[in-house]
Amino acid sequence: MDILRFITAGSVDDGKSTLIGRLLYDTNQIYIDQLEAIESSGRVNEDGQVDLSLLTDGLKAEREQGITIDVAYKYFSTPKRKFIIADAPGHIQYTRNMVTGASNSNLSIILVDARNGVQEQTRRHSIISSLLGIPHLVICINKMDLVGFDENVYNQIVEDYKQFAASKLAAKDITFIPISALRGDNVVDRSENMPWYEGPNLLEHLEKVPVSNDFNLDDARFPVQYVIRPHTHEHHDYRGYAGKIISGTYSKGDKITVLPSGQTSTIKSVELGGKELEEAFAPMSVVLQLEDDVDISRGDVIVKQEENLDVSKEFEALVCWMNNKPLRAGAKLLLRHNSTETRAVVRQIQYKVDVNSLDNIMDADQVQLNDICRVQIKTATPLLLDKYENNRANGGFILIDETSFTTVGAGMVESITHESELNYMI
Amino acid sequence: MNKRYLDYLDQLEAEAIHIMREVAGQFQKPALLFSGGKDSITLVRLAEKAFRPGKFPFPLVHIDTGHNFPEAIQYRDELAERLGEKLIVRNVEDTIKKQNLSEPTGRYASRNGLQTYTLLESIEEFGFDCCIGGARRDEEKARAKERIFSVRDEFGQWDPKRQRPELWNTYNGRISLGENVRAFPISNWTELDVWNYIKREEIVLPNIYFTHERECLIRDGKLMATSDFIYRDPEDEIVTRKIRFRTVGDMTCTAAVESVAYDIDTVIAEIIESKISERGATRIDDKLSETAMEDRKKGGYF
Repeated sequence: MDILRFITAGSVDDGKSTLIGRLLYDTNQIYIDQLEAIESSGRVNEDGQVDLSLLTDGLKAEREQGITIDVAYKYFSTPKRKFIIADAPGHIQYTRNMVTGASNSNLSIILVDARNGVQEQTRRHSIISSLLGIPHLVICINKMDLVGFDENVYNQIVEDYKQFAASKLAAKDITFIPISALRGDNVVDRSENMPWYEGPNLLEHLEKVPVSNDFNLDDARFPVQYVIRPHTHEHHDYRGYAGKIISGTYSKGDKITVLPSGQTSTIKSVELGGKELEEAFAPMSVVLQLEDDVDISRGDVIVKQEENLDVSKEFEALVCWMNNKPLRAGAKLLLRHNSTETRAVVRQIQYKVDVNSLDNIMDADQVQLNDICRVQIKTATPLLLDKYENNRANGGFILIDETSFTTVGAGMVESITHESELNYMI
Repeated sequence: MNKRYLDYLDQLEAEAIHIMREVAGQFQKPALLFSGGKDSITLVRLAEKAFRPGKFPFPLVHIDTGHNFPEAIQYRDELAERLGEKLIVRNVEDTIKKQNLSEPTGRYASRNGLQTYTLLESIEEFGFDCCIGGARRDEEKARAKERIFSVRDEFGQWDPKRQRPELWNTYNGRISLGENVRAFPISNWTELDVWNYIKREEIVLPNIYFTHERECLIRDGKLMATSDFIYRDPEDEIVTRKIRFRTVGDMTCTAAVESVAYDIDTVIAEIIESKISERGATRIDDKLSETAMEDRKKGGYF
């Protein structure tokens, strides 16, 4: 049994809440007291059944304003998998929330209303999922009951979407499923109304989609979080580097380099919970001991010598801006990349990205809340970066306001200028 | 099967260890809030995995209402002793005297809500800048929207509108003077995940988690353990039943469930069969209003 983390994007009208309610209800994750709470609120749908969308209803603060402020996390499991749903509101002003929910997801469920077909919102949610590097997309053509379960309607929408996807999306794995979330067709049970559809129902697909390959096991990256030094008689000389393998694999005997210092050594042991492991791999949290006494502290990264990696202070990235105050060129911010925090300056805003079309908007001296833009960044401390498209775990970073300390931006590295290249330029 | 396959419990464990180490790396004076319940017992095991053979970079802190199950208190003391870790206990009783608070009265009288005062007092006394807690997002809808690093103002208040976006596995623990953070390493675990982990790790729990005969009174259809601390009506029906506790909190607001589950396996089977949620079955404090948890969190509760 493993874990699939997925995001559902859509607005109230798409039937997103109903779909989540249906998944939870039909997999028996809803408890009597939770149903009672809904029943006692007196809201039922036209069939006199409990309105499943209320299962995902949020906070008082949200109900008062009739909006969803935030990403909510929901959980369910089947004998095959544990599922973590990031339920993000889908209106354009909530790009920020969708980006947040998408950052940790392996799969994105995008709802299309069968009556309306591919809309601006469909494209926006697909493009954001793609920009955030989500490998699997599921396009649920919902409300099939309202178009008479018509195969032609479904085929036309699939055709339209494929045409859009071919030119705009990086995701390789796109699956289409005709459903009715309200009536339960093809969600957990096979639909008797659509015998022409021969693919899996939604839950079957969620249970089967392969996710173990989504971890990058090629590029070994170990950001040190904490140094364990017991100073006890028994462990007098013990020095363990605690962290999470965010990508790649590590074994005893591996030749390693510590960045940014460039010191080298060999792995003496890989440990978890006091036990030695033959090999550890992403996303395990372990302790590494080295053969040599090297100076390592939090924020350093342990990599393999054979990869011959280099740090950098200058790079270009896509940034989703998440603050009410606009971003301007020249802004000084804190940048957190894994366990490193450094000061950074946004040297140039190159263009904004229209999240509905993926077109570049060149005239972009100011970036507003929920905008996605391409920027040039310079940091005070050198970082070991990967391009986001090659390594999600090491290509993302957050930007923090220097005075309020709130998180104001999320960045994805697109190109890197290495220190060695800078030297050549001089 | 791929030999580099990580089971769901291993993945949850790896995530929780990573969060604990981020707390240790980002804060000057963290603490782990320990209640003696299964969730905080799980946190302690995760801390062992994160920091051994070193010592924990934080003390265990228990905010004691004085109305706890004696079994849980005994377990707490023995655990701290066995681990060789520092345990700090602060009593709600003392806060009541010091701050001249009124002891709650009436049918639902509980010191549970007063824990917030003692917690904030302790945060101030020791200068804790981050408190690790065992809250889970599956427990309650207000908790479903909680961050893993949750920033609180100097009154400990949670403001859902001021929450920081939390992306990838990058946690922003930067705070201004006076603010503090609550960190929740097992946010993504469900009740069943916790039990399956306890089983896998062979963790010993206080015996009140398993079936035993106990004298209870029936309040609003729920079984409450009789004690000196609980409000009694003359007409309260007193019964003796075979029960266990699904959550272990303050005796005045934690209800029991009828059960014959005598070990971890039978408890797990019972939870899978259960039709009532964990908090719904056992917490009187959430039933008082539909937004009880949301309101308490805004006031500085967990």
